[in-house]
Amino acid sequence: MTHPSTTGPAPVLALRDVSKSFGAVRALRDVSLELFPGEVHALAGENGAGKSTLIKTLAGVHRPDAGQVLLDGAPVAFHGPGDARDAGIAVIYQEPTLFPDLSIAENIYMGRQPRRALGRIDHKATHNATAALMKRLGVELDPDRPARGLSIADQQIVEIAKALSFDARVLIMDEPTAALTGSEVARLFGVVRTLRDQGAAVLFISHRLEEIFEICRRVTTLRDGAWIASEPLDGMTEDDLVRRMVGRDLDELYPKQDVTPGEVALSVRRLTREGVFTDVSFEVRHGEIVGLAGLVGAGRTEVARAVFGIDRWDAGEVSVRGKALVNGAPSTAMAAGLALVPEDRRAQGLVMDMSIERNIGLTGLRTTVKAGLMDRGAERSRSLDWAVKLQVKYARIADTVNTLSGGNQQKVVLAKWLATGPEVLIVDEPTRGIDVGTKAEVHRLLSQLAADGVAVLMISSDLPEILGMADRVLVMHEGRLTAEIPRSDATEETVMAAATGRAAA
Amino acid sequence: MADISLSRAAGWSGLKRWDSAVGALLVVVLLFSFGFVDGFGNALNLSFLIGNTLPIALIALPMTLLVVSGEIDLSVASTAGLSGAVMGALWNQGMAIETIIPICLLLGVVCGLVNGLLVTRLGLPSLAVTIGTLAAYRGIAQIVLGSDAVTDFPTQYLDFAAGRIGDTFIPYAFLPFLVLLAIAVVALHATPFGRSLFAIGASEEAARFAGIRVKRQKLILFTLTGLMASLTGIFWALHYASARYDNATGLELSVVAAVLLGGIDFDGGKGTLGGAIAGVFLLGALQNVMSLQDVSAQSQIVVTGVLLVLSVLGPRVARQIAVVRAQSSG
Repeated sequence: MTHPSTTGPAPVLALRDVSKSFGAVRALRDVSLELFPGEVHALAGENGAGKSTLIKTLAGVHRPDAGQVLLDGAPVAFHGPGDARDAGIAVIYQEPTLFPDLSIAENIYMGRQPRRALGRIDHKATHNATAALMKRLGVELDPDRPARGLSIADQQIVEIAKALSFDARVLIMDEPTAALTGSEVARLFGVVRTLRDQGAAVLFISHRLEEIFEICRRVTTLRDGAWIASEPLDGMTEDDLVRRMVGRDLDELYPKQDVTPGEVALSVRRLTREGVFTDVSFEVRHGEIVGLAGLVGAGRTEVARAVFGIDRWDAGEVSVRGKALVNGAPSTAMAAGLALVPEDRRAQGLVMDMSIERNIGLTGLRTTVKAGLMDRGAERSRSLDWAVKLQVKYARIADTVNTLSGGNQQKVVLAKWLATGPEVLIVDEPTRGIDVGTKAEVHRLLSQLAADGVAVLMISSDLPEILGMADRVLVMHEGRLTAEIPRSDATEETVMAAATGRAAA
Repeated sequence: MADISLSRAAGWSGLKRWDSAVGALLVVVLLFSFGFVDGFGNALNLSFLIGNTLPIALIALPMTLLVVSGEIDLSVASTAGLSGAVMGALWNQGMAIETIIPICLLLGVVCGLVNGLLVTRLGLPSLAVTIGTLAAYRGIAQIVLGSDAVTDFPTQYLDFAAGRIGDTFIPYAFLPFLVLLAIAVVALHATPFGRSLFAIGASEEAARFAGIRVKRQKLILFTLTGLMASLTGIFWALHYASARYDNATGLELSVVAAVLLGGIDFDGGKGTLGGAIAGVFLLGALQNVMSLQDVSAQSQIVVTGVLLVLSVLGPRVARQIAVVRAQSSG
């Protein structure tokens, strides 16, 4: 195996030939990585490639079975996350965990506030130190405002400030942008660039390839726990990177088939839920994929929840193939041929402690029944059938779904709903947080479903996905439908204009 | 990837081990008692053991389903007491026992329905709601019957509730219990209803998103629990030939302890009725042995309380051990 070059300036943190196994699973095999000061380094790989294990090894959570962690060129053994933190290594997770009722300054200096005489907390010193950190990061956040109500981007910035207050020299950012909107990503990247210019080493993980190309200089790719390459991004294309990650050429990411729409399948008329969304009307026809775009909080998910019956609506009506749905009754929506693949697959899409078989079986409790009893044979063959059709990768169908990678979990959610033979399929962020290979599979599947006559409503914050997959794009802004854009006119500009409330093109 | 191996080790296998451990412990306790406890092994004592354990066992059936779905009902003993008190009061007024029993069962349904509506319609936690109705139902029982004890129920009913089949160790009442047990096992482990309870207990939100009618299922469970509690109250009054307002006081402690001892996860979503019933008879056997050894009733309550804490703690420790094992084998 070739190693990354070790000439030039010394890496501040490095892994050399690190291996780590959990039981029979070899999570990392002879992986090497070097982080240099003043560099943003990408870590790429599909779900299950070993990224999380690598991060946890750097952060002192796991100890390598073989190989070394090198700090400033010298081998170190971290005995826990505290050791890594003291060595100047900080991990920023996707979802920060701040105390909502404490101020930004209190959150940063939690448990180690500057003291005055008699052990009293020196609020002024805390405030000033926080203000200095914010200045260093080039952001304007009031140290005294409570953490509650901060956007996720700002919460992450507070976490970064906290890391800096520990004199962090290495920042590991684990999918920090997964829950951010475009402008928030830009804000976060501004901070990352500032840090980089001040000499910090940053390890950046993201499933969004364009972000990797935007902010990183070099990339290390893992596949199935093995080190594939460490190389400059300069001169690479997204296709090159994808090939490294999946080990083969990827078929088209947005394989949208042309379909002539049929009859109206889903009709939503003047739907209102007070304080959440207002006067929302649209139709989805058989064979159509309709994209529902908008900023986070525009009310898209809430409309989907109401249509499916999770929440009640206050006014309006919903019908599937001409049959009006009952307000607030998911079981009747299902019976009418509606399926919802929800936004949060871990909390809403799946019962994490249940097996793959039983999770898929949950939507069949009315059909895989004989004489009032569960027909276990029918349940198993229904679940196996769909797990195989969607190419879910699992060891045994009786394994719990929390043993699966994110992409495979999402496939189980899709399997669970496709098994109901839906007329209308609503998918809410169908590819969030899943790797690019699975993403292409999901897109191919949605396209095929539409071609087979299913009406698909796709909510997504991933604009290229909306533009690549949708026949029509609906845009919501602050609880209202603000635009309907045909595929031919849909561009990033027209959709974003409507999503941000500027007049649609 | 760490999560993969850990959760696999900590999931089903850990729980199953606990289930079978309780079953094995029951066998050990029975064998030990046969061998070393004077007066344990004869048919009469065994029939007492079973008869005295039946109230716990009867309520444990719906309680298991309730705890699997993530809820609990602590008012069961009070519902049983109220049912017995109403039975006594109506009997004193000269009503026919054939009329009284359906009325008492209906009363149990109402008690359960009240719990269920408070939990599902108002969204209150069942622990708090049923502590409230525990006090309320018992209070009503005292208002209904005062400090009277009604003992003169028809002989054939008393004989059925207290008698055994010939010289065997099997009480008559054990047979209908076996039928109810079979129904409960099928309901929990072989019907769509039971499947939905596991989903609700493991993740109520995911169950709702799968189109499961969470509130309806819970309402059915609370109502069934009330029904079974009143049936137990009727059995209790006849078995001990005494209807008093304080019948079955504290029985909820034994039921919950037995169910948790049997490996039903207090957080919902996990467990088997087989385990729960093993827990019930383990507790029943221990209480029987303690009585034979002249351990005071107060001390027996202490033992039950300790068992309750241990049974919540036990599966967690077992799971923790499984996790540590998975880590060190890695």
